[in-house]
Amino acid sequence: MPLTDSLRDDILASVPSLRAFAISLSGNGDRADDLVQETLLRALANIDSFQPGSNLPAWLFTILRNLFRSDYRKRRREVEDADGSYAKTLKTQPAQNAHLEFEEFRAALEKLPQDQREALILVGASGFSYEDAATICGCAVGTIKSRVNRARSKLSALLYVDGADDFGPDNTTRAVIGGSGG
Amino acid sequence: MGNVERVMKDVKSKQGGLNAEIQSRIGHQLRAMYDDVVRQGVPDRFAELIRKLDGPEAVDPAAKTEGSE
Repeated sequence: MPLTDSLRDDILASVPSLRAFAISLSGNGDRADDLVQETLLRALANIDSFQPGSNLPAWLFTILRNLFRSDYRKRRREVEDADGSYAKTLKTQPAQNAHLEFEEFRAALEKLPQDQREALILVGASGFSYEDAATICGCAVGTIKSRVNRARSKLSALLYVDGADDFGPDNTTRAVIGGSGG
Repeated sequence: MGNVERVMKDVKSKQGGLNAEIQSRIGHQLRAMYDDVVRQGVPDRFAELIRKLDGPEAVDPAAKTEGSE
């Protein structure tokens, strides 16, 4: 469809969540914004192929995800986020305990296989249905469900459970307890 | 404060409860991380980019060929 003002507004309204998705995927704020920029250029260049009335955020997320994939294959993420550039993208630094918890969570998320990480983010944070997430990732709904489940159990193993029923006070848990006291 | 510790203890006592508690915490952290970025809104560079572009003909044709699947 042609680029109407309202479509332009809708694209603009999707930018914050596109950035959040890009940062969650890449773990790097600068790269994420480049990814978003390229996504917007692609989207506008190919706006004719967007079906009016279909899900615009899902369409944009699909473009971003495909760009990230091809970029990832090219670069094999030679640069990890060693200097914490993700944290620097936040305008307000979280309080100390919360910050520690946040860093650990992010580190655990980084350890997930890419398939699982993107599925978890799309369903658990972006709020897409399993069906939409499947469309975005180009796979079956059942595949998304199992990736999300595996992502969740892997995260819980990494963050909270060391042994079979060990709930030892690792740093994350301590941060959670400490943080709740104010 | 005692509340949280009691919850932790209860949670520890049964695996199912542990799982539900942990899963809800993971969901909460995931959304918190994501929403931190969402709340930053639209950076100027993107607002300008979208305002300046007028659709297909205004975009660098090189961008049109790959990755549009």
